[in-house]
Amino acid sequence: MTLLAVENLGKSFGGVHAIEELSFAFERGAVHSIIGPNGAGKTTLLNLLTGLYVPEQGRVRLDGQDLTGAPPHRWAAAGIGRTFQNLQVFFNMTALENVMTGRHLIERDALWATLIRAPSLVRAEADTRAVALELLAQVGLAGWADSPADAMPYGALKRLEIARAMAAQPKLLLLDEPAAGLNPTEAQDIDALIKRLAGDGTTVVLVEHNMKLVMGVSDHLLVLDHGRKLAEGTPEQIRSNPAVIEAYLGVADAQPEAEHA
Amino acid sequence: MGAGSNVSEPPVGFGEPARDAVPLAAVRTRWLRPRSGGLLALALAIAALPLLLANNYFYEIAILVALNAIVCVGLNLLIGYAGQISLGHAGFFALGGYGSAILSAQHGWPSALSLPASTLAVAVLAYVVGRSTLRLKGHYLAMATLGLGVIASIVLATEDKITGGPDGMAVPPLAVAGWALQGERTWYWVVGGVLLLAVWLALNLIESPAGRALRALHGSETAAQTLGIDAARHKLRVFVISAVFAAVAGALMAHYAGFITPAKASFMHSVELVIMVVFGGMASVFGAVVGALVLTTLPQLLTVLKDYEMMVFGAVLVATMVFFPQGIVPTLARALASRRGRGGAS
Repeated sequence: MTLLAVENLGKSFGGVHAIEELSFAFERGAVHSIIGPNGAGKTTLLNLLTGLYVPEQGRVRLDGQDLTGAPPHRWAAAGIGRTFQNLQVFFNMTALENVMTGRHLIERDALWATLIRAPSLVRAEADTRAVALELLAQVGLAGWADSPADAMPYGALKRLEIARAMAAQPKLLLLDEPAAGLNPTEAQDIDALIKRLAGDGTTVVLVEHNMKLVMGVSDHLLVLDHGRKLAEGTPEQIRSNPAVIEAYLGVADAQPEAEHA
Repeated sequence: MGAGSNVSEPPVGFGEPARDAVPLAAVRTRWLRPRSGGLLALALAIAALPLLLANNYFYEIAILVALNAIVCVGLNLLIGYAGQISLGHAGFFALGGYGSAILSAQHGWPSALSLPASTLAVAVLAYVVGRSTLRLKGHYLAMATLGLGVIASIVLATEDKITGGPDGMAVPPLAVAGWALQGERTWYWVVGGVLLLAVWLALNLIESPAGRALRALHGSETAAQTLGIDAARHKLRVFVISAVFAAVAGALMAHYAGFITPAKASFMHSVELVIMVVFGGMASVFGAVVGALVLTTLPQLLTVLKDYEMMVFGAVLVATMVFFPQGIVPTLARALASRRGRGGAS
C-alpha cells in the first residue's frame, strides 16, 4: 500500500532545475533508498518532502493527505520525521532534552497546564523522559543522557538525531546520510538500527552514499540524476541496470563514503 | 561546536561512551533548577528585605524594583527564549495602568475587576500585533512594538478628556473585597507576592514542553519545525504572556502611586526595560530580577547624575555587551559552576 505519493514534482534555484518532473511512490513498511551522485538533488528532495522547500510544480501526498505548500510543522504532524546531513542538533540542550523535544507532537501542550505545572503535565513529562531514555539506549547513547549536546562527538550526534526523530513516532522517517563520517563499525550499527526500525513498522527513506549499507538494507531504490529519476527498483534490479552501473555505482564505490560529511 | 566541523574522537562503541569532562551545562542547570533553590531564595530575600528598609522611601524603591522585575521576567521570556525584541513594553505597561485607572476612576468599576479587564485588553492588543508580525522572519516585532509604544504615548498625552493629558490622571486605590490596599508596607508584600508568582509562572513555562520548544527554535529552527513545532505560535504565546506581565505591573503601579502619566509609555522607558533584561542575563529568569534591581536602584543612588541617566544606561548596555554578553547572572553562575566542577574533580 502506498504511503507517500509524489507526482510531477519540480523545484529550481535561479533557473537551475534541482528536481524536475519527478514522480514516484513509496510503499508502507519498507526501506527505500534514494541514491545518486552529489548534486543529483537528493537533499533537495528531502527538503521538499518535509515542507522546508515549497515546490514550483507537483504534489506530495502522505496517506492520501495532500501536504503540498503546507508549513514544515504540519508535515511533521502528518507523520514525516527526518534527520539532517549537516547536523541540526539542538546544541543548547542535553542529549536527553534533544530526544524529549522529539515528543513535542505527542505530549499535550495546554497553556494553563504549562503555567501552573499541573499534575497532568508532570506525569506527561515523566513519560516523555522515560521514553527518551529508552530511545537513547536503543541508539547506544544511554551514558550520554545528561551531556550537553555540544560536548558530544560527531558519531554520537548522528545517532542522537535518529533518536530524536524516532521520538516523534513518524510514519515515514527520512534519514539523510546517517552513516556519513562514521567508521565501518559505526556504519554497521546504523545498518542494524535501520533494520530494527523497519521491523517495527516504520517506513524508512535512506539517502546514503555508502553502497554497502544501501544495498544491504533497502527493499527499494530510487536513483536520481540531475533532479530526474534515472531508475527505480529492487537492489538486484538496480545493481544490474547498465545505465546505473555505468553512471553511478562505479563512481559511488570509488568514493570514500565519508567524503560528504 | 559547529555542526560536524569538529570531528572529535569517535565514540568507543555502542553502549560504552568515553566520558571524562564534567558537563558544565548540566551542573549549571541543576544549580539553577527552579524547584531547588532559586524560587526559595527569592522568597527569602523578599521576606528578609524589610529588615534593611529603614523608611518609606526605601519601601518605595523596593516596590519600584519589584514592579520593574515583573515586567523584566516577562520580557526576558520574549528576548531570551523566543529570540524576539519588544521596544514597546512600556506601552503595554502604561496601557495596563491607564486601562485600570480609567475603568475604576471614570466608570466606577471596582479595581479588583478593572485590573484584570485592562490586562485582558492588553493581551488582545498584543495578540493582534504579534499575530501579524511574528509570522514574518526577522525583527518585525521590534518595529511593530516600537510603533505601538510611540502611538500609545502620543494618544495617552493628547486624549486629555479621557486620560488627563500630559499631566496624567489620579487613580483610585486598589481595593480587594472592600479592603483598600494602602501604605508602602502593605504594597511591598503585594508586589513581592506578585513577583514571586510571575517568577514561578515563568520557570514553569521554561521547564515545560513549551519552554523546550522555544529553546529548540533557538538551537535550530529548521530541526524544531520538522519535529512539529510551530514557531510563530510559540513566539506569539510568549509575546502575549510578556505583555500581560507588563500590563499587570503597570496597573499595580497606577493603583499604588495613585497617579499615572504618559511618561510611563515613553520609548526611553521601553529601552530601559530591555537594558535591564540584557544586563541581568538573557534567558535567565533570576537575571531579569537582578537586572531590574540594579538598574532601578542605580539612578536612585546617582541622583546627582539625573540629567545623564540615559547616558549611564547606555554605558551599562555597552559594557554588558563587551564584558559579559551573556548578562551578569549567567556569567557569575557559570564561573561558580566551573569553580565547583574543578573543585570536585581534584
